[in-house]
Amino acid sequence: MENLNVFAAKLAPQQEFLAGGHRACQGCAELLAVRLVAKTLGHDYIIANATGCLEIVTSSYPHSAWKVPWIHVAFENAAAVASGVEAAVKVLQRKGRYPVDRKITIVAQAGDGGTVDIGLQALSGALERGHDMIYICYDNEAYMNTGIQRSSSTPYGATTTTSPAGKADPLGQHTMKKNIVEIAAAHNIPYVATASPSYPFDLMNKVKKAAETPGPAYIHCFVPCPTGWRMAPNLAVSIGRIAVESKVFPLYEIENGEYRMTVTHKKHRPVIDYLKPQGRFRHLNEAQINQIQEQVDKSYERLLKKVKMSELELD
Amino acid sequence: MAKRVGIEVSLAISEAVKQAKVDAIAAYPITPQTHIVEHLSELVADAELDAAFIPVESEHSAMSVCAGTAAAGARTYTATSSQGLALMNEILYIIPALRLPIVMTIANRALSGPISIWNDHSDIMGARDTGWIAIFAENGQEAYDLTLQSFKIAEDHRVLLPISVNIDGFTLSHVIEPHEFIDQQEVDAFLPEYKPAVQLNPDQPVSMGMVGIPEVYAEAKKCQDEVLKNSEAVVKEVFREFGEKFGRHYQVVESYRAEGAETLLLTMGSVSETAMEAIDRLQDVEKRSVGLVRLRLWRPFPSADLLKAVTGCKTLAVLDRAVSFGSPGGPVASEVRSTLYGVDGAPYIASFIAGLGGRDITIADFISIVDQAESMAESNENHQYKMIGVRE
Repeated sequence: MENLNVFAAKLAPQQEFLAGGHRACQGCAELLAVRLVAKTLGHDYIIANATGCLEIVTSSYPHSAWKVPWIHVAFENAAAVASGVEAAVKVLQRKGRYPVDRKITIVAQAGDGGTVDIGLQALSGALERGHDMIYICYDNEAYMNTGIQRSSSTPYGATTTTSPAGKADPLGQHTMKKNIVEIAAAHNIPYVATASPSYPFDLMNKVKKAAETPGPAYIHCFVPCPTGWRMAPNLAVSIGRIAVESKVFPLYEIENGEYRMTVTHKKHRPVIDYLKPQGRFRHLNEAQINQIQEQVDKSYERLLKKVKMSELELD
Repeated sequence: MAKRVGIEVSLAISEAVKQAKVDAIAAYPITPQTHIVEHLSELVADAELDAAFIPVESEHSAMSVCAGTAAAGARTYTATSSQGLALMNEILYIIPALRLPIVMTIANRALSGPISIWNDHSDIMGARDTGWIAIFAENGQEAYDLTLQSFKIAEDHRVLLPISVNIDGFTLSHVIEPHEFIDQQEVDAFLPEYKPAVQLNPDQPVSMGMVGIPEVYAEAKKCQDEVLKNSEAVVKEVFREFGEKFGRHYQVVESYRAEGAETLLLTMGSVSETAMEAIDRLQDVEKRSVGLVRLRLWRPFPSADLLKAVTGCKTLAVLDRAVSFGSPGGPVASEVRSTLYGVDGAPYIASFIAGLGGRDITIADFISIVDQAESMAESNENHQYKMIGVRE
C-alpha cells in the first residue's frame, strides 16, 4: 500500500472491518468512506464514535457492524473520548499492562454537527493537547440523523428542514460553510487533509499518512447524503467527483503547515453541474447560482495562493 | 501504622490517589477542587506517580476523557465541584451504563446563581440520579481513607460502577488536618492492580455504548439499578476489610450517642462534626435525650440500615444542605420520609435546610433545630421544610 495511486482497486486490502448488513440508507457515501478507512487502518485500531448516523446505523444492540474495538459515549465528545483512549493505551503500554504491545491507531469519528458545531470545543482541546490520534469528520453538510437540519457546515443556498427556502426567504441557508479545515490547521497540527470516498485511493493514502504521522491528524471527508441532499442514491459517488471537479470541495492536504493539492484538474466544471442533481438546491435562481459560482472561485483561488506559497517555501 | 501528619485535606486526597497508583487523571480547574489536581499534576511531573495527566478544556471533556481512559483499562480519577459537576452531567449518566469504575472527588460547592464558590450540597444533589455510588466524608482522614476504599469498591467485578467521594468545599478541602497515612506496601496489599472486565483491545474487539432500542432499554436500566443496589453489600465488605486491616471503621449509616435517644438529628458531610458537639452539649449539659445519625452512603440509599438506626426515636430532624426546588422537603429528608412511610412506629420527620452557599451552621443552630423539631412533633405540625438562619 505504499502508493495507492498506482494500484488497481483489486490490490486494495481485501479484509473488511466494517461488516455489511448495517442500517445505512441506500447510497450513503459516509459508510463507503468508513469502509475504506477501516480497510486502510486494518486490525489495530480503536474508534471513538460520536452520536449520529454512523453510530446508530452500525450499533443497534445486539448487532454491531464493528470488527474493531469501538466506543460511543455522546454527541459532542468523540475527540475527548479518543484522547482518553490514546492516553490510556500509551500509559498502559509503558507500564506493560496493555494486552497488546503493537502500535494502536486511535480514531475519533463524527459527523459535521458533531465536529463543527457541538463537538468543536472537544476537538480543539484534543488537537491542542497533541494526542496521537486521527480525527475524521464525515461531512454530509447537515444534521441528517435527526432529519436534515442545518449545521454550520451546510453550504450557502441549501434548503434544509431548519433553513427552508420559502416565500419570504427564498434562499435557504444564508451562511457560508464553516471552514473547519482551516480551524483544524490553525492548531498547528502535523497533518490536515480533505478527502472523499469518490477518490478512494486518495482517501486511503491520506488515512495511512495520518496514521503514520505522530501527533494529531484531522481528515475532513466529504460524504454525499442522497436522503438529505434530495437526490437519487446512485448519484452519491458521482456527485462527490463533481464536487471536486467543480472546485466546490477541493482535495488537498496540509502537512506541517504546507499546502498541497492532491487531486487537480486542468479544466473545472461549472458549479451548476454540482447543484443541479440535488433537490436541496432546486429553488435557486440564476443570480443565486452565479453568486455561488463566484464564492467557489474565490475560495479556490485563496486555497491556490496558499498552495503556491507553500511551493515557494519548499523550493 | 504511620505517624500522624498535618496536611491540607486536598493534598491528603492526592496522596491517596497516588498511593492507589492511578493510570490516568483528567481534570479541569474549578474552585475549591483545584488543590487536589494541582498536587496530582506535580506528583506526575516529579515522577512520583506514573500516570497520564490530561489537562482538558472543560469538565465535560474531563469526564469524557475519563470514559476513554477507563474503557481502555486504566485506573481513572478526576475531581470537580459545582458548575463543573453540572457541566459533566450528561456524561455522568453514561459512565455507570458503560460500567466504568471511575473515582471522582467532589469538593461540594453551591450552584450558580447567584454564583457562589462556597460550600453546600446542591452540586451532588443535581447528580443524585446519575447512577453513581456517592459517599460522604466528614473530615480529612475519612476523605483519605474513603478515596482509597472507593477504588476497591468501584473496581470490584460485582460492582464496576463509578463513585463520587464528597467532601465539603473549603470546610474540608482547604483546611489542614492531622492524617494517618497507610504505608504503600499495605495499600498495595489492600488495593491490587486494576483488572478491567472488558477493555478496548484490538485482539478482543468489543462495541461499547451501542444503541438501546425499546426492546432492550428497560432491561439495561433495570440491570443498572440492580447492580447499584447490590453494590451496598460490597461497600460494607470493603469497609469491614479496611477496618480490620487499618483499625478505622466505617458504616454506611453511622450513629453517635443515638442509643435510646428520643430525638435524632440526621446529617451528611462535615457538619456532622459540629452536630456531634451539639449532641454532647444536649446530652451532657442539658441532659436531653438527643442523638445523631450520619448518612455516609448517599447512593445507593441505605434504607435498611437507616431504618435500623432510627427505629425507636420519636422525632427525627433531617438536615439538608440543598434545596430541591418545588419539592415538599429537602432532598435527604424526602428520601428519609419515603423510607419510613408506612413503617409502624415511625418517628415524626422534620425537614430543615441550612448552610446554603457557605453559611455557617453553628452548635446553636443544631440546638435550635432540635428544639423546633421537638415542638413540631408535639403539635404534629404539617410542614414541608424549614430554612434555618434565613433573614425574612
